[in-house]
Amino acid sequence: MVSKHRLLPLTALLGAGVLALAACGGGSTGAAASGSDSGSSAGGSAAFPAKGSGELNLYNWTDYISPDLLKRFESETGIKVHLDTFESNEGLLAKLQAGGTGYDVIVPSDYMVQQMVQLGLLQEIDTDTFPNGKNIQPEFKDVYFDQGRKFTAPYMHGTTGIAVDEAKVGGKVTSWAEFFNPPAGASGNMGILNDSNEVVAAALRAVGAKPCSETPADYQKVQALLSGVKGKLKVISSDGQIDRMTSGETTLAMMWNGAFHRASVKNKGITWVYPSEGLPLWQDNFAVPKGARNVDNAKIFINWMLDPKNAAEATNFVGYANAVTGSDAYMDKDLAKDPAITPPADKAALAQPVPPCSQTALDLYDKVWTDFKS
Amino acid sequence: MNRTRRVDLRRFPAFATVSVLLLVFLYLPLLVVVVYAFNTGRIATIWEGFSLHWFGDVVANADIRNATLTSLQVAAVATVCSVVLAIGIALGLAALRRTARGAVMLVAGAPLVLPEIVLAVATLAMFAFLDVPLGMTTVTLAHIAFCVPFALLPIRARLADMDQRVFEAAADLGASPWRVFRRVTLPLLAPGIVAGALMAFIVSLDDFLITFFVAGPGTTTLPIYIYGMLRVGITPAVNALSTLILLVSLLVLAAAYFAGRKRG
Amino acid sequence: MTDPVTPLTPGTAQPPADDPADGLAASAAPGTARTRPGRASSSGARRVHRPAGQGARSSVLPGTLFLLALVGAPLVIVVAYSFMSRGMFGVGVAGPFSVDSYVRLLFDTQLDGSKIFDPRYIGVFWQSIWLAALTTVCCAVLAFPMAVWMATRSPRTRALLVFAVTIPFWTNTLVRTYAWVLILNDNGPVSGLLGTPIGLLYTPFATAVGLVYVSLPFMILPVYSSAEKFDFRLAEAAYDLGARRLTILRRVVYPAVRPGLVAGVVLVFIPSLGAFLQPQLLGGGKSLMIGNLIEQQFGASRNWPLGSAVAVALLVLTLLTLMGFALAGRRGGQKVSLM
Repeated sequence: MVSKHRLLPLTALLGAGVLALAACGGGSTGAAASGSDSGSSAGGSAAFPAKGSGELNLYNWTDYISPDLLKRFESETGIKVHLDTFESNEGLLAKLQAGGTGYDVIVPSDYMVQQMVQLGLLQEIDTDTFPNGKNIQPEFKDVYFDQGRKFTAPYMHGTTGIAVDEAKVGGKVTSWAEFFNPPAGASGNMGILNDSNEVVAAALRAVGAKPCSETPADYQKVQALLSGVKGKLKVISSDGQIDRMTSGETTLAMMWNGAFHRASVKNKGITWVYPSEGLPLWQDNFAVPKGARNVDNAKIFINWMLDPKNAAEATNFVGYANAVTGSDAYMDKDLAKDPAITPPADKAALAQPVPPCSQTALDLYDKVWTDFKS
Repeated sequence: MNRTRRVDLRRFPAFATVSVLLLVFLYLPLLVVVVYAFNTGRIATIWEGFSLHWFGDVVANADIRNATLTSLQVAAVATVCSVVLAIGIALGLAALRRTARGAVMLVAGAPLVLPEIVLAVATLAMFAFLDVPLGMTTVTLAHIAFCVPFALLPIRARLADMDQRVFEAAADLGASPWRVFRRVTLPLLAPGIVAGALMAFIVSLDDFLITFFVAGPGTTTLPIYIYGMLRVGITPAVNALSTLILLVSLLVLAAAYFAGRKRG
Repeated sequence: MTDPVTPLTPGTAQPPADDPADGLAASAAPGTARTRPGRASSSGARRVHRPAGQGARSSVLPGTLFLLALVGAPLVIVVAYSFMSRGMFGVGVAGPFSVDSYVRLLFDTQLDGSKIFDPRYIGVFWQSIWLAALTTVCCAVLAFPMAVWMATRSPRTRALLVFAVTIPFWTNTLVRTYAWVLILNDNGPVSGLLGTPIGLLYTPFATAVGLVYVSLPFMILPVYSSAEKFDFRLAEAAYDLGARRLTILRRVVYPAVRPGLVAGVVLVFIPSLGAFLQPQLLGGGKSLMIGNLIEQQFGASRNWPLGSAVAVALLVLTLLTLMGFALAGRRGGQKVSLM
């Protein structure tokens, strides 16, 4: 069973919602798994739109949904999907705040959801009342950033860790500290995400501090660490990780676990590392921003994506785990076998969600990040 | 101009070599793009065999079709509007006094000399300031703005080449200003207008940066789409699409070139 | 841009007095660098000296007003934003007048409130100026021989060559930049030829190659349009009189093409300074240039005031370049125009 291992660290996602979990822990989850039918049946709620038409503007991460799946959605619902892509949560927020408000569905991660809710950027959609809302695994219902799933529905979750080709690098890498001070063989062939949030947090872990630290001294160390690794990097980019790891252009990279999985299908030489200092467990979500022009279509889409078969197909393409009950049955078997996707018991506790940083911390992030990038 | 320009620069044989090498430098990369478009494999530069299937994929891809249509739509509107504005500027300029003319040229030339990134964020800042939602309107307005100087250049050049006495003659013969404009100015200006329209159109189709900033939902132009493809990875699909774009621009340019030559 | 001071260099046809602001508009388009026949006829005593049929003065209004609204006003807003401070959670600019963003470009605020000099943003500017200058020099060195060579071909060949140089200029910039990703990456043809990947892509070198590649036509075409007006029999004559080749180049050919070179320098330097795509796609995100810094601040970092301050600084650099351009034209005593 995939979900058993995977869910170990996910209980932590509950964060502030621990109490709520206790309350719903005994709730009816068994019924959800069986007999969930495909999308557009209007069984759940009277308010739920039955059939869509027109279009849907989806603003998603790069390479984060199967084009074939979208095609099937279009043919099943008659809704035409326009897909635009972004590279980071911050990029998404920037676009929304700059006036890019007409998107119908966006895909922010956990901490970004909280920020967007605080900023009043999201619409309440009450995913619970969706026909397929019952399919959301109970562990994902009362997450710290969206109690009771008023604003969002879960899409994928995963970790940001390290991918390494030990043979080419000529040594083992087991921690962030070793990632930032890599074996000689990795020099010039390292990849790192173009994401201040991920990179600075990892560097903070490497110097023994916690993500979102507000201690300037920590950032002195981070800056030194980052400038030391800079010369060994091939590229700073969140895009195209898979191709570079597949082709061997990079042999040691900070990566998302699903991207690693997709690269490892073709390149058997690479392994996944759970850094000993811990790694972020993130969770991406569908949300409907205020200003969305096709709210009904957005709901239909989100509901459709909560169908086990569709969720499984999404997972099979991107390589991350989803939070939909019953999707395991349709999932590729090697996903379950990949330790990057299904953490072994001794590693599972290393992956923990990272709550949003304060503005003080973010300013410090930005400082070392600009220094690193220039 | 003198016609005995045949003097070969035999004193500087290296110049010919440099020139040929430069031409190779200018065209080889385009050739590489085209060649890899026929690669079977998924990663563009790892050759796995000859195939046409990426072209099929590109042609069949509805998103690419949409992006192309969006690009063409924006470019068409931007071209028409910028040409109209440019004709107005070109015709009015000559009637202005020196300082005023300088000021107008400064404004009209600004989009050309300003770094594109500055123009991009400035335009975005203004739309945000006015609380205009990003979308087709913002993209089109921004495109019209940076297309004006490109449309203006050839129109002005053409106007300067024209014999002013034609207009005076027409006016002396009793034609109303509007009639002079419609029956004399416009036809004579036509080659400049066509050239200006062509420039504006291509510049609009080419733009990435400004569009990137002021784009909203449903305004994915072709360059924005290609940029998105590049972020996923360098697949031959990008090459196939690029090859098609190259082909089309080549055809348009060749047509313009030969049309221009015929006219002399 | 410049006041056309008199001395005629051999072969350069000098138009009479011209708009002072003409030079501000730039284009590398061939054929538009044409000189204009004198407009002496229109200098009549009429207050509204309006060449019949050319339209009223008011016809400049729609275009000018539109550009003022879409280019002028945005610039004013950016300048204003650069003097504000950041709203909570970014984007929103807030607060009264503040020079914090400019201070931040130079100084880092310590925990105790003291400020120490901070080279990180200056470093980005330096890196950009250096890369843009390198690009400009490479383009000039390569374009000069080519433009001179082109100008010495038969008129028919010349037209074809101009067309050949123009084609890449009109093909999609993104595609042309991507071409170098293909060529330079570790699995690409260069690595294939060398037999081993030497890590060319994602370096400042790759950025520079990409910049030179997309900028080259902007240098070749203006230099060519100067060279085209040059009577190369003068070079021959100088040779016959015993001048050495370098001397001919330096004393005879160079002065003739100088206006084109100066225009080319501006046309290459300014866009390179604000480049975004090449450092992004070819530099691997490692060598931040001013353009990327602005994008980062308006994008992911969401610090619009700081981004605006950087944009204003780039604007100042642009204006300085243009002033240098004007100065160079004046010193050369020739008509130098970008248009």
